Amino acid sequence: MAALEQRLIRPLYSLGRYALLLSKGFTSLGHFSVYRKNLIVQCGRVGIDSIPIVALAAAFSGAVTTVQTAYQLVSPFIPPSVIGAVVVPSLILELGAVVTGFILAGRVGARIAAELGTMRVTEQIDALEAMGLNSIGYLIVPRIMAGIIMFPVLYVTAVLVGVGGGLAAAVATDVVSTGEFIRGARENYLVFGPMFGLIKSFVFGFVITSISCYMGYYTEGGAEGVGRSTTQAAVISCVYILLSDLVLALVLL
Amino acid sequence: MICVENISKSFNGRAVLRDVSLEMQEGETLAIIGRSGSGKSVLMKHAIGLLQPDKGRVLVDGIDIGRISYRELRTVRRQFGVLFQGGALFDSMSAFDNVAFPIRTFTDSTEQQVRDRVLRCLDLVNLSDVGTKRPSELSGGMIKRVALARAVALEPRYILYDEPTSGLDPHTSTTINNLIKGLADQLDVTSIVVTHDMRSVLSIAHRVAFIHRTRMHWVGDIDALHRSEDRTLRAFVKANEYAIGHPAQAYS
Repeated sequence: MAALEQRLIRPLYSLGRYALLLSKGFTSLGHFSVYRKNLIVQCGRVGIDSIPIVALAAAFSGAVTTVQTAYQLVSPFIPPSVIGAVVVPSLILELGAVVTGFILAGRVGARIAAELGTMRVTEQIDALEAMGLNSIGYLIVPRIMAGIIMFPVLYVTAVLVGVGGGLAAAVATDVVSTGEFIRGARENYLVFGPMFGLIKSFVFGFVITSISCYMGYYTEGGAEGVGRSTTQAAVISCVYILLSDLVLALVLL
Repeated sequence: MICVENISKSFNGRAVLRDVSLEMQEGETLAIIGRSGSGKSVLMKHAIGLLQPDKGRVLVDGIDIGRISYRELRTVRRQFGVLFQGGALFDSMSAFDNVAFPIRTFTDSTEQQVRDRVLRCLDLVNLSDVGTKRPSELSGGMIKRVALARAVALEPRYILYDEPTSGLDPHTSTTINNLIKGLADQLDVTSIVVTHDMRSVLSIAHRVAFIHRTRMHWVGDIDALHRSEDRTLRAFVKANEYAIGHPAQAYS
């Protein structure tokens, strides 16, 4: 009975604590100059430092999607431009945001949780609080803001590089010409597509950074606790990316 | 003045403090002693509002810090400097930037003023030449001294020390004890030292509070400690003397 009660109460407790963490962070921020430098640093770590891995993953996603689409669809009855018509919207609507989200859940989410977790177990967070600083505002708000600001940038990068990768794969494997690929993409271009992708990347940025901050900030129990928080941050972020992806698709499309 | 009134605290159903009361007088150095896990550090964290008691209250200059807003609590905390057990230096910053951090954050000082103040603080702890080093490049004693310099950077009214000499060799421990005593005299601050090191207690404290089995067992000044017939207190002090191999005169 106690175990069942624990199972029911624990998620509610976590949700409440997560909401309180965010409200405490954003409602008593103090002067922006205290956080400005940290925000710039976090934008670099979350965004700029992630560009190479996001670009690499996007390029391969675009290339693989192109090759597989060609394998499935190309026949004498289907025009080759269909490849462009399938690959580009796929990247804009889904792959650009989700692939970026998964990569950043591992790269950024784990890093944030490990950093904050280590600060927690070595009493650095207590030291900030003891000085009279809002540790949540100082540590968490800049990371979440950096996620919200930089994820859309990474999404755009992923889409551009992914389309480039897809086009390069199409031309290299000689399944479709550059002109046909672009013509297919333009003919099936959805005006809302990029907006939908940007909204998703904005939401994913918030989900990944806020969950990872929560996991790291409330780390308990030394090095083992830091390891646990880091793993949970990456795993839970991925789960919530999938959930929010579905919810956004149902609501917005 | 800090006043702890009848506080109790439990973690996961396990009582750590029960009905503990203590007054910390202005300008004194109070040592809180007790065995490991007796709740000394928990009591210290209550004094600054890092932990909230399950029962009871903590008054800082007459203000019940459990009943004020988070913003007001942060204002109260700025009167404190805290030396944490492991130093708690920010490992992403150099020693200089660690000491400069509270000055840059809470004052409008120019960079030159910050620099002068940091160097003065590092000089206080005899470490004026380690400014560029990261915490990972410093020894345990140096970390504590840099953390001490950071704790006094904003000239606090109260300094809390959590096990300032634990894990240090006797020579470095003596240096830290001398620093605590020197800072208390120079800066005229109220110091609260959580420790189980009786040599430290005897060299720096005016008064002693002994926590035993989650309760405040004994409070008195150093003379009273020497004269005390309390068996539990005497046993604790004796055990400590045996561990450090340096008996205090009153118990030899």
